[in-house]
Amino acid sequence: MIQLFLRDIGLSVRSGGGFGLALIFFLIVVTLIPFALGPDQAALAVIAPGVLWLGALLACLLSLDRIFGLDFEDGTLDLLATSPLPLESVYMAKASAHWLTTGLPLSLAAPVLGVLLNLDYETGKILCLSLLLGTPALSLIGAFGASLTLGVKRGGLLLSLLVLPLYVPSLIFGAQAVRLAGQALDYDVALVLLSAISLGAAAILPFASGAALRINLR
Amino acid sequence: MNSTPIAPTLSDRFWRLANPKIFMGWSSKLLPWIAAVALASLCSGLIWGYFFTPDDMRQGSTVKIIYLHVPAALMAINGYLLMFVGALVWLIRRQHVSVLAAKAAAPVGMVMTLIALATGAIWGQPMWGTYWVWDPRLTSFLILFLFYVGYIALWAAIEDEDTAADLTSVLAVVGAVFAMLSRYAVLFWNQGLHQGTTVTMADGAKQDNISDVFFQPLLLSMAGFGLLFLTLLLIGTRTEVRARRLKVLQARERIE
Amino acid sequence: MMPDLGKYALEVNSSYILSLMALGVIAGLYVKRSRAVRRALAELEAAQDA
Repeated sequence: MIQLFLRDIGLSVRSGGGFGLALIFFLIVVTLIPFALGPDQAALAVIAPGVLWLGALLACLLSLDRIFGLDFEDGTLDLLATSPLPLESVYMAKASAHWLTTGLPLSLAAPVLGVLLNLDYETGKILCLSLLLGTPALSLIGAFGASLTLGVKRGGLLLSLLVLPLYVPSLIFGAQAVRLAGQALDYDVALVLLSAISLGAAAILPFASGAALRINLR
Repeated sequence: MNSTPIAPTLSDRFWRLANPKIFMGWSSKLLPWIAAVALASLCSGLIWGYFFTPDDMRQGSTVKIIYLHVPAALMAINGYLLMFVGALVWLIRRQHVSVLAAKAAAPVGMVMTLIALATGAIWGQPMWGTYWVWDPRLTSFLILFLFYVGYIALWAAIEDEDTAADLTSVLAVVGAVFAMLSRYAVLFWNQGLHQGTTVTMADGAKQDNISDVFFQPLLLSMAGFGLLFLTLLLIGTRTEVRARRLKVLQARERIE
Repeated sequence: MMPDLGKYALEVNSSYILSLMALGVIAGLYVKRSRAVRRALAELEAAQDA
């Protein structure tokens, strides 16, 4: 399982692997927001938590179909299915690799990009923390969605349609935590609930995804 | 060789009803009656509510929208519950009629959600001054609508019938968990303008929140919406059962 | 016969009309599809029995 994990990381970091893509996309989205909404510093600071969370969330979507797609196409997934490694572990390894190469960098980059939106340092720290706690859920849920739409040709749009409603609780708690922090209010509850979603996803989605993978590999 | 027949258990009898042929049998007999009662209660409930109820002190005549909004909202949620149960039964027992019922319930549930959203927004405009408010209830229904769309889209995207049934069922089960999560998340996120429960579903219990004058036609309307849902569910499931048989026959044609 | 809806006539009436239309459309689609499938199945079964 560790080998699969490392292999996936290696694959995505190599050129053409899409590693930097999520970060660039995140940067572009954050840069576009002031153009769309006007440069008023105060207004930007207010929407910054939501925008940054949303940008990270959308950036996560980009590489979701690669999680299983490439291996499915060249038959590697079939080989993995016949190996002693259970498909649930395959899912966990791949989702973790996705998080390490997407969620984690995004979480670290977010406060830096937050500067563009007039986000102050203290709030930026909570932003980073909330993303660190929330992006695992995004990777896990995204990988689940990818396992469902595996056999669908050009299923990227369908994947987004399935995954986005599932992202809503994480987005709500994550952005809310940062907003509360910005207003110097208590944000603990939001962070706890956010973590709960990530943990809950890790608990139940491996089995759902394992089932979906088996169904698709029949 | 003679052997005493074993009496079928209650469970056996119940599951026999879900056998496709037997299902077609009893549903065809039941359908006209359910449709008739549905139409009757829906019409009488709405007519009573529209023509023969007074206006509310605060809300004026817009209170009449309640006879559409509340039943639709209830059916929107029931639809998803039905999908969840049908999906679960399929995953456990591979019962075709159950999963086809889930498939048939989805579009109706989706339309109910849309009606709930539209009437909610239209009602909200004069009451709250804006068509859309990120109120917990309305937002939850928007998310529910997206879930419905995703489920229907996945069914449509997959060629093989049984594979589609499997995958959509997994989605429905996971989706149900997240739908409940969303409900609480949205409540947390916005304490909301929506009034507290208008009607609690204790059978026949009358609430202080809403007086008899409004409650009775509402009950009738809810029955009407519920039976209409059931009617469409039966029609839809029967269609899906036939469609499946059609596919089988068409495949046979190609082989011969 | 028409109740006095006062200033909310537009809201109330549009709610009713839109909702009834939506119900009508979905019911109509379901019935239409039911008939089409039933006909196709009957034709195919007749052809195969022949």
